Amino acid sequence: MTLHSTRRHLLGALGLGGVALGAAACGSSDPFAEGDGSGGEGGASDGGSDGGGAASLAVGSQAYYSNEILAELFAQVLEAEGHTVDRQFQIGQREVYMPELEAGKLDVMPEYLGNLLQHYDSEAESASPEEIHSALGEALPDGLRVLSFAEATDQDSYTTTADFASTHSLKTIGDLAGVDEKLKVAANSEFEVRPYGPEGVKSVYGVDLSVVPVEDSGGPLTVKALTDGDVQLADIYTADPAIVENDLVVLEDPESLILPQNVVPVVSEKVDEAAATAIDGVLAQLSADDLVELNRQSVVDQTSSAEIAKGWLTEKGLV
Amino acid sequence: MNGNPFLDALVWLGDPSRWSGPAGVPVRTLEHLGYTALGVLIAALIAVPVGLYVGHTGRFKGLTVAVAGAARALPTLGLVTLFALLVGIGLTAPMLSFVILAIPSLLAGAYSAVESVDPATVDAARAQGMTERQILARVEIPLGLPLLIGGVRGATMQVVATAMLAAYVGSGGLGRFIFQGLGSQNYPQMIAGSLLVIVLALVLDLSLLLLQRLTAPRGTAA
Repeated sequence: MTLHSTRRHLLGALGLGGVALGAAACGSSDPFAEGDGSGGEGGASDGGSDGGGAASLAVGSQAYYSNEILAELFAQVLEAEGHTVDRQFQIGQREVYMPELEAGKLDVMPEYLGNLLQHYDSEAESASPEEIHSALGEALPDGLRVLSFAEATDQDSYTTTADFASTHSLKTIGDLAGVDEKLKVAANSEFEVRPYGPEGVKSVYGVDLSVVPVEDSGGPLTVKALTDGDVQLADIYTADPAIVENDLVVLEDPESLILPQNVVPVVSEKVDEAAATAIDGVLAQLSADDLVELNRQSVVDQTSSAEIAKGWLTEKGLV
Repeated sequence: MNGNPFLDALVWLGDPSRWSGPAGVPVRTLEHLGYTALGVLIAALIAVPVGLYVGHTGRFKGLTVAVAGAARALPTLGLVTLFALLVGIGLTAPMLSFVILAIPSLLAGAYSAVESVDPATVDAARAQGMTERQILARVEIPLGLPLLIGGVRGATMQVVATAMLAAYVGSGGLGRFIFQGLGSQNYPQMIAGSLLVIVLALVLDLSLLLLQRLTAPRGTAA
């Protein structure tokens, strides 16, 4: 009996030791640790060119699959230019990665016009993409700059079905004013109080509508409400593959009621003119339909971001 | 706003404009109450007859307990989302989920009510020539009523606390205040909505407790 309990205690201690070892091994490696290579993506090597002459650059992404695809696009054109690229994907929120950019541990980050501006100027109101872009030039801290912005966006929208759009000849949000029915838009409940919600469309476009709250942030329930005909409009993000999968139409917003979220990279000083030109090449070609299609390949076909990026860049002749 | 969200929630509740109109507190509370009542009623129509049968005959007891137990483990938000993907937004998906949520408690209340009756009493009734149905209706249910109502009480509490999920898919109820408050970071509103649910739950609970006491047959420990 005594031996039995001693063995049990021994096994228990071994088990605890095993768990402790496992926990230590899985322990978070700081992806920004200076060159100590402890697990994960290792550290961003800063300064210094390698033998090839082109600087080594760190390209990051948000914890968002679509953002990672954009980061891959930038990473691959930079590699085609001869740079060594250190990929640091799935970082997280702006509060986490912006300080790293400012500190020079990241060099390229795919961002979105409106959200980036509001990070530095929370009072910023909606304006045209060009205006937001200039405002960013002033709002960003020294050492950081934005390159050109793409046509592709990832923002809230007023989206409808192809049938409804053709029946009522809808192209812009303002065209809704001519529709006879009582208009309902499926969106998160906070849409009700957003500046681009019912109050905004009323004052800017003269359109009356009411919100039917569906709390999945433009997800499958919202899309289904639209395709079922329970609502005529839905707030679906403009880069969502559901738009092409369900033949939906995003209504244009010529008055920029909705804060524009065009894709725009924010870069550090280490990104020189040649690198910037390479990245700008991607943005010049990235249309709204392109981004939806890239996202579709990830969500529906489950292709990896590296493959998706390679395919698109090859097709556009950028690599 | 004095910075303490709980106090600000009381300020929110004190605002008279909140208490009128189609999106006001009274309308939402009545909707919430309605969803609860409907959910518990439909669940009772299913669960109580089954529970009474199981309690009276003693058959399928193990299966019933297992099914009721498994049903308790289902996450209601998951059910609402799942059903809504099938039937769309509106009241159907939440109502199905509320019924599933309420069944275990009602089932348990029903069969424990019947089982709690002293077998000697049931035997005596049988000896007097009562049919099984008469035993159920005149002996077992009246004596077990407090436990049955206890089951109703448990089910009601679960559904009233969860009925806010109806607002997840476009229906009404107090969940409207909670979700909108959460989404727009208006925490006083979110807390106010939650407080209203709590008050509603307490009122229902105390009412059913009273009913339980009142229906306790004289001479038995209720």
